[in-house]
Amino acid sequence: MPAPLVEARDLWKVYELGDMRVEALRGVTLSIDAGEAVAVMGASGSGKSTFMNLLGCLDQPTRGSLRFAEHEILEASADERAEIRSREIGFVFQSFNLIPRTSAIENVELPLVYAGVSAVEQESRAREALRAVGLAGREHHTPSQLSGGQQQRVAIARALVNRPRLLLADEPTGNLDTRSSQEIMEIFQRLQRESGITLVVVTHERDIATYLDRVITFRDGEVISDLRQTAVRVEASA
Amino acid sequence: MTLRAALRALRRNKMRSGLTTLGIVIGVAAVIAMVSIGRGANVAVQQQIASLGTNLLMVIPGATTSGGARSGWGGVSTLTVRDGEAIRSDVPAAEDVTWFKRAIAQVVYGDTNWSTSVQGTTASYSTVRQWPVAKGSFFTQRDDTTANRVAVLGQTVVDNLFGPGEDPIDATIRVKDVPFRVIGVLARKGQTTWGQDQDDVVVMPFGTAERRVLGTEILGSVDMIWVTAASQHDIAAAAEQVTLLLRDRHRIQPGQDDDFTVRDLNEMAQASVSASQVMTRLLLAVASISLLVGGIGIMNILLVSVTERTREIGIRMAVGAKSRHILLQFLVEAITLSFVGGLGGVLLGVSTARLVSTLAGWPTLISPGAVLGSLLFSGAVGVFFGFYPARKAARLDPIAALRYE
Repeated sequence: MPAPLVEARDLWKVYELGDMRVEALRGVTLSIDAGEAVAVMGASGSGKSTFMNLLGCLDQPTRGSLRFAEHEILEASADERAEIRSREIGFVFQSFNLIPRTSAIENVELPLVYAGVSAVEQESRAREALRAVGLAGREHHTPSQLSGGQQQRVAIARALVNRPRLLLADEPTGNLDTRSSQEIMEIFQRLQRESGITLVVVTHERDIATYLDRVITFRDGEVISDLRQTAVRVEASA
Repeated sequence: MTLRAALRALRRNKMRSGLTTLGIVIGVAAVIAMVSIGRGANVAVQQQIASLGTNLLMVIPGATTSGGARSGWGGVSTLTVRDGEAIRSDVPAAEDVTWFKRAIAQVVYGDTNWSTSVQGTTASYSTVRQWPVAKGSFFTQRDDTTANRVAVLGQTVVDNLFGPGEDPIDATIRVKDVPFRVIGVLARKGQTTWGQDQDDVVVMPFGTAERRVLGTEILGSVDMIWVTAASQHDIAAAAEQVTLLLRDRHRIQPGQDDDFTVRDLNEMAQASVSASQVMTRLLLAVASISLLVGGIGIMNILLVSVTERTREIGIRMAVGAKSRHILLQFLVEAITLSFVGGLGGVLLGVSTARLVSTLAGWPTLISPGAVLGSLLFSGAVGVFFGFYPARKAARLDPIAALRYE
């Protein structure tokens, strides 16, 4: 049994908007092991995005405990969270979030810039990451010269270039057609098999969830189901 | 690394970066050009003071402040050669004295003629006015007493009467149909503060001038007496002694106004120096305002840029940028814009100053201090006006920034 990579215990996130008090997460307890592939599902407003933001160290929990590897996120400062994001976490977003008018390779190099990697190594690692997602030869294309699927693959290369332990994907196929969605999910599966990275995908599409081992469903800020679905996955990939 | 990110960001928006820089370019160029022109004017004024001669007192007939009929500059002939001689012998604070009488006359050489100021003066004229000859020699006391027909020419007269390369020494010129031998050419002295060409002159012994050229009604009257004080500290004493002596000689009763005026040239010159300094400061103030406006332009563009690039900032934060990385990137962008603008401004300012020199003929002096100062200042403008937008960017919440449309 591998040690859990992420462990949330009675995790709360409360937003105070003027007089309004919004309880986005209400005592979530769960753990994710290293190497797992997890789908996070739920309607909008269910708290899944809030959970993703906490998991990605983009935000700070209100109370409870959220351990990421050896770090306690509740107590981490903004700079410490930036450091964790830089070394341990890769993000893939629904709207790709590439920097416009900037070449694919420069976009992929970005995390390495902030991790303090030398310029020479930045370039070789960025090339390698682009090759891994099948974009060798497109290094100098800008986002507007690439299709949606290709842009998302650049984003995946960027997420993986600093070899994080956790890959967080927020509706990664939400802006893609079925064919591209399939390609992206296959890339995720392959990467996970090859490198043993932990994968958490937020989605509201059942089809996408079938590519993953485990489905956690949120509703009203709480986890309402947590199912392992090995059988489904084998069936889908067969 | 931050530098590279900043440069890339600037390159993505070449047009905008260029226009923003333009504000600083113009500001810095204005400062440098204005300071150059101002300092050039200052130096020119100082040179003019030096060209007038140091420790010099000017005594002119007539009073500047006399009740009733007011006449200033040589309105009446109250000064005489004897007054000058008395100053030479009886004023201890005076080192040397000269006087002259002048008239406009036509000077002819060969088939060219030139109308100029003909001055009859003493042999000490050259030393008192600190105006040496460039060629040949000045006339002597002996030339004066024997009323020799010799003349010393100013450069402008030489330029107008003689062809290039022609040697005026020993040439014979005619002044009012009287032949004169040219024995010397005065060094070039340039314009006075009030723009008069001092080189447009023919100088000859006083006696010769009086008898042969000027045709004066009252013999022995002079247009002006120049007195040099022994040192700068003696100027005031000399002025007072000259005044007392002349009042006594002219039998002016106590309470009556002087019939002459003593002027301290240094004092007049100092006044024009301080006037030109005030001018320089004014120009600098106006130019600084344009630099300030340029700085505000940078801040404005960076604020727009921060808003427009909110999402980019969010992405950078998501992939591991700390807020100081973001702060630094925007600061570097601001400093790069303003510093590049500063460099451009130095080039533009220096060439503007040169152009003004050549086209308008104004003297300019490019000071390394002003160049270095405005470069540093433009960098400081970048830091100052870049800091607020940069801090705004660095304080963005990554989640909100990522969601920003």
